[in-house]
Amino acid sequence: MISKAFKRALWVFHVNSGSCNGCDIEIIAALTPRYDVERFGIRLVGSPRHADVIAFTGPVTSDMADKVRRIYEQTPDPKVILVVGSCGISGGVFHESYHLDGPIERIIPEAKCFYVPGCPPRPEAIIQGVIKAWEYLEEVEKK
Amino acid sequence: MKYEVPIGPIHPALKEPIMLRFTLEGERIVDVDVIASQNHRGIEWIGMNRNNPVQSIYLAERICGICNFCHPSCLVMAVEEIAGIESPERAEYIRVIQGELERIHSHLLWAGVAAHELGFDSLLHYVWVVREKVMDILELVNGNRVTKAIIMYGGVRRDIKEEHISKIKEMLEYYKQAFSKLAKLFLEDKTIKMRTREIGILPYEEAIKLATVGPTTRASGVKKDVRQDMPYFAYPDFEVKAITPDMLTGETIGDTYDRIVVRLLEVKQSIEIIEQALENMPKGDILAEPKIIKVINQIKKSEGEAVGRYEAPRGEDIHYVKLREGFEYLYAWKVRAPTYINILSWRPMLLDMQIADIPIVAASIDPCISCTNRVIVVKGTEEKILTAEELHKLSVQKTRRLRR
Repeated sequence: MISKAFKRALWVFHVNSGSCNGCDIEIIAALTPRYDVERFGIRLVGSPRHADVIAFTGPVTSDMADKVRRIYEQTPDPKVILVVGSCGISGGVFHESYHLDGPIERIIPEAKCFYVPGCPPRPEAIIQGVIKAWEYLEEVEKK
Repeated sequence: MKYEVPIGPIHPALKEPIMLRFTLEGERIVDVDVIASQNHRGIEWIGMNRNNPVQSIYLAERICGICNFCHPSCLVMAVEEIAGIESPERAEYIRVIQGELERIHSHLLWAGVAAHELGFDSLLHYVWVVREKVMDILELVNGNRVTKAIIMYGGVRRDIKEEHISKIKEMLEYYKQAFSKLAKLFLEDKTIKMRTREIGILPYEEAIKLATVGPTTRASGVKKDVRQDMPYFAYPDFEVKAITPDMLTGETIGDTYDRIVVRLLEVKQSIEIIEQALENMPKGDILAEPKIIKVINQIKKSEGEAVGRYEAPRGEDIHYVKLREGFEYLYAWKVRAPTYINILSWRPMLLDMQIADIPIVAASIDPCISCTNRVIVVKGTEEKILTAEELHKLSVQKTRRLRR
């Protein structure tokens, strides 16, 4: 059981696509000892090429749309996207702004996304999102 | 031979999207350029075209998730001045307490990030454990860990109750003990000293010339603090003094080490301010006008312009607001966040340093990119770099337009 659960230690690449930092500090809070997801082998990596999960925060500004797309293409399959925060889902408080190309699903329509709503979501909610992604990746692997 | 190294907008050493372009000669940095605007979300435009002033408070909170009390309070200060709304004494004290709680959380967050940039990850984890204590208090008082949604025109939305006070006092005791340990870890550790002493120096004259603000400027020996120079809220009661590194070390160099010293001392200062505020907090109302519709109508009827100034954890924050009678939204809203000014100091700090010093020097001003990206000039696909004279001309034109 334990070896099965630890088979997939998810590596996460974090991209700030124009967020307000609120979600980003909660992601780091989830990594540090109070919530400590590193004990499951979940950790942030420095390159999308090493990642299983891409965690996007922010509503995707026009400047970042192209970069978001390129990061998704650089990540090897199987991959999932974790959208942290309300603005990645709908634009949040920034919807209707002239400098947004988002949300994420408009830029990468073919991606498998897991959404963590909240402004910002609590670290527990982010952990739950990662676990959902984890279950999905295990299913993909079985097939 | 000279060569260029671009860093960003997405880079593991940067937590936020910004692009830096370095020109190098071997390991030596000879030129630094900053390319911003990746994080521009059009917040001011939304405030002037879509939101009523009360909604704009919550929008201002989302300018930056870390200093999410200072931006709305800055806006509220400006609007209150125009509309002539006065908040009760107790609300002013609660605002001070909230502001100082935010300063503690922000400075500890920064200390963790700085440790991480030096490669000292165990210290990052230790500092973030210590930080969770103030996050618990913020959650207890506000109901949310990060965004607070507490400030309102004419007061605050939630009171600090009796049962909260004992919890807050417990937290302050905890921080007093943690402070000595943190000071020892940061200031006496040999590695940290080697990586930060004499690195990224911002001399006094440069700090004045670039008009830097907050801990960045105070670490260079400039005694500048809005809480001391132009006290707002209940700050006149506390006699806050600007903190410079010579208070602890006896000398001011203006390097990265000094910026650590200033921030640590400010955490201590915040603890003292909260303690005093809890003791002297008067009883009474927390909101001048509880009906939001009435507040909106009062703001809609008022006309004029004002500037709000607030000492955010990163430095002086300024919001310029103009209201026009009968106009539903803010007629003009300009945000000048502290990092906007401080980012310019990267150049004098980084010149002649090594590539390996970039992360810690860049982090030492506590940059907040999401605060910074306000201005953008786009016309078709044409790229144009404006000279100082052209910028001045544009600025004069804008002032005239606003005056009309």
